[in-house]
Amino acid sequence: MIASANMQLSARAGIRAVIAIAATVIFWEVTSRSGEWTGVAIPMMSVIPPPSRVLLAWYGLIGDFGYWQSWYLSFLRVLAGFGAAMLLGIPFGMFLALSRTFYQITFPPFEVLRPIPPLAWVPAAILFWPTQELSIAFITFLGAFYTIVINVVGGARSIDARYVQSAYAMGASRWTLFRRVIFPATLPSIIVGAAVGMGITWEVVVAAEMISGGGSSMGQGAGSGTGGGLGFFIWNSYTGGSYEQIVVGMISIGIAGYLSSSAIRVLGNLIAPWLKAR
Amino acid sequence: MTEAARKIEQRPLRGAIRIEDAVKIYGDPQSGVIAVDHCSLECPPGEITMVVGPSGCGKTTLLNAIAGFHSLTSGKIYLDGEMLCGPGRPKADPGPERIVVFQNGALFPWKTNLDNVTFGPMMQGTMSASEARDKARILMAEAGLSSIVHEYPGQVSSGMRRRVEIVRALMNDPKVLLLDEPYRALDALTKSVMHESLLQTCYRNRVTVFFITHDLEEAIFLGDQVAIMTSRPCRTKKILKIDLPHPRDHHTRTTKRFRELMDETMETVHEEAQKAFELGEREG
Repeated sequence: MIASANMQLSARAGIRAVIAIAATVIFWEVTSRSGEWTGVAIPMMSVIPPPSRVLLAWYGLIGDFGYWQSWYLSFLRVLAGFGAAMLLGIPFGMFLALSRTFYQITFPPFEVLRPIPPLAWVPAAILFWPTQELSIAFITFLGAFYTIVINVVGGARSIDARYVQSAYAMGASRWTLFRRVIFPATLPSIIVGAAVGMGITWEVVVAAEMISGGGSSMGQGAGSGTGGGLGFFIWNSYTGGSYEQIVVGMISIGIAGYLSSSAIRVLGNLIAPWLKAR
Repeated sequence: MTEAARKIEQRPLRGAIRIEDAVKIYGDPQSGVIAVDHCSLECPPGEITMVVGPSGCGKTTLLNAIAGFHSLTSGKIYLDGEMLCGPGRPKADPGPERIVVFQNGALFPWKTNLDNVTFGPMMQGTMSASEARDKARILMAEAGLSSIVHEYPGQVSSGMRRRVEIVRALMNDPKVLLLDEPYRALDALTKSVMHESLLQTCYRNRVTVFFITHDLEEAIFLGDQVAIMTSRPCRTKKILKIDLPHPRDHHTRTTKRFRELMDETMETVHEEAQKAFELGEREG
């Protein structure tokens, strides 16, 4: 009974989602084509290529090496920056939460650097890092790092004292206390930080690619978008006048971001199954 | 009788707690808040001592001092004649012979119920993993928890969580169980079942119980003695021996003696509750 009711609910949700997306696409198609159909062009919307032409352009890109190269490069940069942010951010946040001395020394400079938007780092990063690739990865790293650290600190500091007390009473040593109690108790916050950080990473990588020119070594693929990452793909389509491809690039980033968050969700459920169980 | 049960039966009683002149002042010793004021109390080994008093009177402070979570300003606490804390040593070390079951529970949500229960012996290295698991399964079965062994605490009812937590405490073979209003959040029916289950556990394991509550009926039903505490600062006002025969079950609640004991204590407890109420009024 309950199962079928749930299925009905999710079926209804699915139908609503399809209708909403379809309505948006139809609205977009009609408004952007009204100029050629009725002779009355709708301001602003008529500049945007209609979804049918976008799809056509996308279809043309499916076999295009440069397009997939863009996906690959952006993913690589996101993974590098995000991975480094997790690798450094989790222990850094743990130290901040657990050692008062470390907190007092490092938190003030951290808090001064934190409000600087990652994109403000672009020129400095280009000057500092020997290759363009490293500077882009550095900027994506910054995007995720602060969020992850703040979440880890918050999570580790709000651990219920009773967990620690009962673990001590049951004979846990300092190290096992950290490994068996403090770390798993912080995991939910780490997962939240990772999900938010992943979103920021995609925002940042695209902007960094646009600004820095998408990496030095790639530059052949002609007008069909070169292999400089999805951000550079969009920028290149814009300068090349291929407006359909701009939209293709935008939707591609949307899909890539969605895939990344889904991966984080799946991984989160795997390493913290008790959260799903609730 | 199983061999394990016979072993417990033949073991000399242990877990006598003696609190002597305990004082706890929060903040500055001269001007701070006095939570516990020269409180003395003796908990006989293998018996259930119920500590009753108005909310916020300082009972939990006392429990934390026994557990070794907080220090005492002065006074001494002994366990089986051995000093846990006293002059020169204001804070006892927490240890597996004194296990606390908290008001809202402290099961680790990231471990299954079974892994929660085996945590203590694994940490102390007193049992191998398979020994701990076997013992845990037996104790959980006795407490009616066989069906939820592999579930997470978040997946089971709060009554079950309390029972899991008491099993987790027993796995450490404690001398003393320190219970801080563990059944507060439960409904009356679940509570009465939990009471009987706790008594069964105590009969089987012969462990000393220090049980904080402000439910008088609970105190009389479970206790071998009931210590009624004054409202802030906490001091022992009256100690009442409960002569209801063991084993007790829910029929005990309807006996004449139970009613008499309720009447006897109600007056004292009400007096303190009234004082706490007025104190609260003034502070508010």
